[in-house]
Amino acid sequence: MASKLTLSNRTGWTFALPGFALIVIFVILPFFFAIGLSLTNQRLLSPNPTQFVGLENYQQLLGLAAVTLEPERDDAGEVVRNKAGEIQYPRLRKITRSDDYPQYRGMREWFRWQSGDNVMVVIASDVVFMKALVNTFLFVLAVAPVQAGLALVLALLINQKLRGINVFRAIYFMPVVVSIVVVSLLWRFIYDGQNGLLNSILQGLTFGLFQPVDWLGNPSTALPAIMAMSIWQAVGFHMVIWLAGLQTISPTLYEAAAIEGASKWQTFRYVTWPGLRNTAVLVLIVITMQGFALFAQIDVMTNGGPRDSTQTLVFQAVERGYGKQDISGGSTISVILFAIVLTISLIQRWLTRER
Amino acid sequence: MPALAQPKLTMWYHGAGNEVESQILNQIISDFNTSQSDWTVSIESFPEKTYNDSIAAAALAGNLPDILDVDGPIMPNWAWAGYLQPLPIDESEFADFLPGTKGVWDGKLYSIGLWDAAVALFARQSTLKELGLRTPTLDKPWSSEEFMAALDAAKTSGKYEYALDLGMNDQAEWYSYAFSPFLQSFGGDIVDRSTYRTAEGALNGEAAQAFGKWWQSLFTGGYAPDTSEDPADQQTGFIDGKFAFQWNGNWRAVETMEAVDDVVFLPAPDFGAGSKIGAGSWQFGVSAKSKHPEGAAEFIKFATQDKYLAAFSDGIGLIPPTPSAAQMTKNYKDGGTLAMFFDLSKAQALVRPVTPGYVVQSKVFTKAVADIANGADVADTLDAAVDEIDADIENNDGYGHR
Repeated sequence: MASKLTLSNRTGWTFALPGFALIVIFVILPFFFAIGLSLTNQRLLSPNPTQFVGLENYQQLLGLAAVTLEPERDDAGEVVRNKAGEIQYPRLRKITRSDDYPQYRGMREWFRWQSGDNVMVVIASDVVFMKALVNTFLFVLAVAPVQAGLALVLALLINQKLRGINVFRAIYFMPVVVSIVVVSLLWRFIYDGQNGLLNSILQGLTFGLFQPVDWLGNPSTALPAIMAMSIWQAVGFHMVIWLAGLQTISPTLYEAAAIEGASKWQTFRYVTWPGLRNTAVLVLIVITMQGFALFAQIDVMTNGGPRDSTQTLVFQAVERGYGKQDISGGSTISVILFAIVLTISLIQRWLTRER
Repeated sequence: MPALAQPKLTMWYHGAGNEVESQILNQIISDFNTSQSDWTVSIESFPEKTYNDSIAAAALAGNLPDILDVDGPIMPNWAWAGYLQPLPIDESEFADFLPGTKGVWDGKLYSIGLWDAAVALFARQSTLKELGLRTPTLDKPWSSEEFMAALDAAKTSGKYEYALDLGMNDQAEWYSYAFSPFLQSFGGDIVDRSTYRTAEGALNGEAAQAFGKWWQSLFTGGYAPDTSEDPADQQTGFIDGKFAFQWNGNWRAVETMEAVDDVVFLPAPDFGAGSKIGAGSWQFGVSAKSKHPEGAAEFIKFATQDKYLAAFSDGIGLIPPTPSAAQMTKNYKDGGTLAMFFDLSKAQALVRPVTPGYVVQSKVFTKAVADIANGADVADTLDAAVDEIDADIENNDGYGHR
């Protein structure tokens, strides 16, 4: 076996070598560096010696705790209410900044909920990271199905023998060719809250009834706005992959379907879709991985704001490692991100396996 | 000396893409190269956005140039990390330079600026008259009440999209440079300058809380556009008349004067602890790894001649660092349109915290101020910022402050 792999495949190995070398130098090696650095307190620039700190960086990022706030009571022991009848609670920072609770020092509120008269507060040692984690998942969950579906619809539309179909193919593919940084800059103008194109169009369509929205300046619309723009930008890329898949399906199958008298839907359901199985797996995994790597749009359009509503894992990794010169912190986020993406890819592989 | 022994010095510069700036600098370099036969300097320009990253990468790879320029507040960080060596020039050479142009860390001079920058409130004389506002002066700047009354007057006049442009889209160093003086005018600061070991009390004390509430009111009150502001507004918004007032730097002064006849530059309002503006711009230094520090020093001395200082000032409107250079400029000589910036710099300028930790503190401050502008709870945000700054100082063993 060994001789077959090393000898009769010599040419093959020679061809593969440059590629392997590049992958090792630029992908595998840095990744092991990242794991190593995440266990130290390495800084980007510092005269201080690097120290091994074990899992401290992970604790710092993932630390969570729950605190119960009891209502404020007056001298008679009655619950204090404000004029609107809402129960008044002590400020959380009285606890997190108190010397009585050193274990909560530096932690901040992530979210809270009411339970009876008390309030349960989940506090995190790195709220921004937690928000970045949630935002990244929301982004992938929204973008992956919509982008894949839309790309399939477009691919079906342009997979027809019509005069001038190449024009449409070019139009749909165009955003992919333009750099995401340029696209992000342009969409900043489109989303502008004062005189943006989107607001103008919506106002025109509704005869002025529509109230202008500050798309990127409002915490509830910023992330959806970036999702929409990201879907539009990369949909053409996945359309091309779908198209390649569509063209591998043998025309004889469609002829057979036509002879059998299959409807359009039946043709899609029993001929097209099964033929696209492997393409679907590829598209889904690629979109998921790209989604988790969301960075340029955030960097150009919102800087993670407003109020952390568009923080993402990669943006945090860069901000921390480069911006705040904390290479070990940035590496830790990268390792966590890697673990997440690997897990999800494995789950996707398992769900879409050949049965 | 043999013919080929003319050591080449490399210089890196942050101003790629700025034509006027490159022209002046290239002129200085070619003047220097022809003026003597010991050294030749060659320059490589980087875009400002990636310049600091390039330096960090070059330092890690051991490829730093001989001469580099460094943003004043970042200098302590680079000196502490061992990128820079103290300037091999006697400090007395720069005795008459504005204090903001001297990069001093740990008692040693590391860098020297060919200009200083200042921020002022841009307004039109006609606006002040129309709204019936007193023209503030250096001796008697607007108080916080007068300032808010001016914004109110501009807002209720209905003639402007917003009363004030702060340039909120630019979430880089601009936030700390332009907005931390407001905090300092309230009596707070980014970090406690007596020790540089904590931000507790400085960034979350009573003065800082008052600053935070006022800052938030600018946005909840609809006086200024927030972080999603159109990036073009900082360039043309004021000129186009979208804003009554603009908080901007003197590097925009020359172009604004060309477009707006009656523009006036007003000093910062006094929020209680005196009017404050930022100081310290880009400065020249010698890298620690340079094999020819004496050549680099020669060049820096050559570049800091008054005629070059004046050329930069005329070219891009920056403040010349010496009074003698100021007299040689169009705008800063006695009676010049921008002369008040020179006085402004001398009277009100406060350098940003001089500590290697400033790089992180600036980022934390920027995020806190942006979050507050976007409606975050003031006290909680400032406390969180203090916690982050203190944790970072601790992680870095105090950044060399004892």
